[in-house]
Amino acid sequence: MPVDNHIARSLSQHSRVPDATTPLAIQVEGLSKAFRIPTHRIDSLKERTVRMFSGREYRELQALDDISFEIRQGEFFGIVGRNGSGKSTLLKLLASIYRADAGKIRMAGRLAPFIELGVGFNVELTARENVVLNGVMMGLTPGEAGNRLDPVLEFAELEEFVDLKLKNYSSGMLVRLAFATMLQADADVLLIDEVLAVGDASFQQKCADAFRRMKEEGRTIVLVTHEMATVEAYCHRAMLISDGKIQALGEPEEIAKQYLRLNFEEGAASAGVTPKSSGDGVRLLDAWMEDGAGARATSVEQGTPINIHVEIEVAREVSALGVGFILANSEGLGMFQFGTPIEGEDGSDRLRSGQRVRIDTTLENPLAPGRYFIHCGVQRHQAGGEDVSLYTHNALDFLVYGGQAARGVVALPHQIKAVLDPPESR
Amino acid sequence: MSAMPEVNELREVSGPSALGGGRRRFFDLLWLMGVTEFKRTYFGTVLGYLWSLVRPLLLFAVLLFVFTKVVRIGTDTPNYPVLLLLGIVLFSFFQEGTQNSVTSVVAQEGVVRKTQFPRLVIPLATVLTSLFNLLLNLVIVFIFILAWGVDPTWTWLLFPFALGLIAILTAATSMMLSVLFVRFRDVAIIWAVLAQVLFYMTPILYPLTILHNQTLERLMLINPLAPIINEIQRWVINPDQASAASIAGGAVYLLPAAALFVAVCAFGAWIFNRDAPRIAEEL
Repeated sequence: MPVDNHIARSLSQHSRVPDATTPLAIQVEGLSKAFRIPTHRIDSLKERTVRMFSGREYRELQALDDISFEIRQGEFFGIVGRNGSGKSTLLKLLASIYRADAGKIRMAGRLAPFIELGVGFNVELTARENVVLNGVMMGLTPGEAGNRLDPVLEFAELEEFVDLKLKNYSSGMLVRLAFATMLQADADVLLIDEVLAVGDASFQQKCADAFRRMKEEGRTIVLVTHEMATVEAYCHRAMLISDGKIQALGEPEEIAKQYLRLNFEEGAASAGVTPKSSGDGVRLLDAWMEDGAGARATSVEQGTPINIHVEIEVAREVSALGVGFILANSEGLGMFQFGTPIEGEDGSDRLRSGQRVRIDTTLENPLAPGRYFIHCGVQRHQAGGEDVSLYTHNALDFLVYGGQAARGVVALPHQIKAVLDPPESR
Repeated sequence: MSAMPEVNELREVSGPSALGGGRRRFFDLLWLMGVTEFKRTYFGTVLGYLWSLVRPLLLFAVLLFVFTKVVRIGTDTPNYPVLLLLGIVLFSFFQEGTQNSVTSVVAQEGVVRKTQFPRLVIPLATVLTSLFNLLLNLVIVFIFILAWGVDPTWTWLLFPFALGLIAILTAATSMMLSVLFVRFRDVAIIWAVLAQVLFYMTPILYPLTILHNQTLERLMLINPLAPIINEIQRWVINPDQASAASIAGGAVYLLPAAALFVAVCAFGAWIFNRDAPRIAEEL
């Protein structure tokens, strides 16, 4: 993009924080979308003919229920919600990939979507062909789309692989290419689903810079994410969706807090372990990860120790309490379990009512890059065994980045060398 | 890219559809996808374009042998070899175009689920790719025809018109099949068999008049490809061959074929247009 364009954009009215006078970029009114999931899936004509006269049964899944909101031009807008809350459906409706059952979407200007870590590539084609094809899909002429090729490849650092079919790309290369393609679309509105965990640390930095630049340029960006740190760092406003409805809309900090609260409640319920008397038992107040400097973080570089903290509050006097953690990877594999008894004041194991306890943990980090989850439980030792007072599934999740994209679940510290012409074995 | 930030007005987003999104983009996309796929299929491999010629030529050689040496249908028909070759190349286009289209929308799943673009482009681009291939093959076929000693006549000018009809039928069938395949995966198998049946129901291996039974001939002429291929043979190679209308005993007996042609086109357009907005959800 030419430099004068940058200046023009940053000098434009959009560079200030959008307020009530800024024109709208997206207007959504009464948007609803339901998916009909057949109780028995018919996927052949043969079966369809056989069952011609038996009625088809559906289970209706209301993914979005009467959603209305507005996004102003130049706004960085976050959409958060748990899996299955409807946030991805909303994004696909905005991107014209799904058709709404009811309601209206109005949008100003051209739009570039980035959905499920991709922009829609045909893996049988080369990077060159895909980038041009994508440009034309976005409404450019083939000539304009061709001109975009070089900047895209440069950003993605994939110049050498321009004529390689995408099916031979690694997943990291694919995501980089997709992200670069989206950035170069020069669209007015960007729709982005889960992106900031792309590539290695240096590429992540590049993405972060690109985001900051786009924000300064006054592009409208809608970001769907799980990363509360991202929401708080970039977004002007955020929206929390739960069960297809808008749960809250407002300041990013407030939304992040509400999201985490929702996460704890639902997490405990979905794990099938109900916190025993959450009113008069134990409450998990907060769970977070810190970086080396003591600031809250959601990602950590491979090899750097992981600092995990949780804060709990006991609602009534209890004794013999212990806290335990399970570290699980994104496939749900429990990788490591650790815990500690909680000692009360003056050496006893009693905690008084209303007492708060913070648990500080430091873990070595040989983890392979990826997403990890911490499940947190609080138990009471009793004569007959252990009594679970609280269990929160996915109390915390974080990302390990960097290193080589290794196979396996851990990167063990190791020594390895090749010995040429070894002396005859003994 | 404009240097000034444009003032954008809110416009309604209508969601995915078969067409939609501007005519220029539609044709740019169609052309680009057709050409890209053509290059990939025919110039991506070592043998490249030759490879695409081998199949119809091999089929031609086998059928020519069988129908002139074993079953002697071909020996009574003037210019039988070139007649057979032209028929095979034309039918191969129909068969290949439709067959490749069946899975085309599903094969492009990654694009369909992440990008907004007129869905109709996908099957049409597949047909376009086959059309490019046909045009190249026709160059060779016409060299054969001239070398065989057939003299060009003014009726050759009618050939593109008939070719257009075949292309339209192929496109409509492809639209129908590609969108049905999204929901019914046995469409691919059913169509493979039906296309084979259709091959024998079209006067390619034998002239229609061989049946010596007007009822049967009329039945055969319900297949829209039959009268089209018959007329092409008459226009290009054998001017003395009976026209479809005269074989059937009157142009009125060609109306079922015309009606079927229109019905396939209408149904293809209707069902694709109906299902296009929800393709992404079904995948």
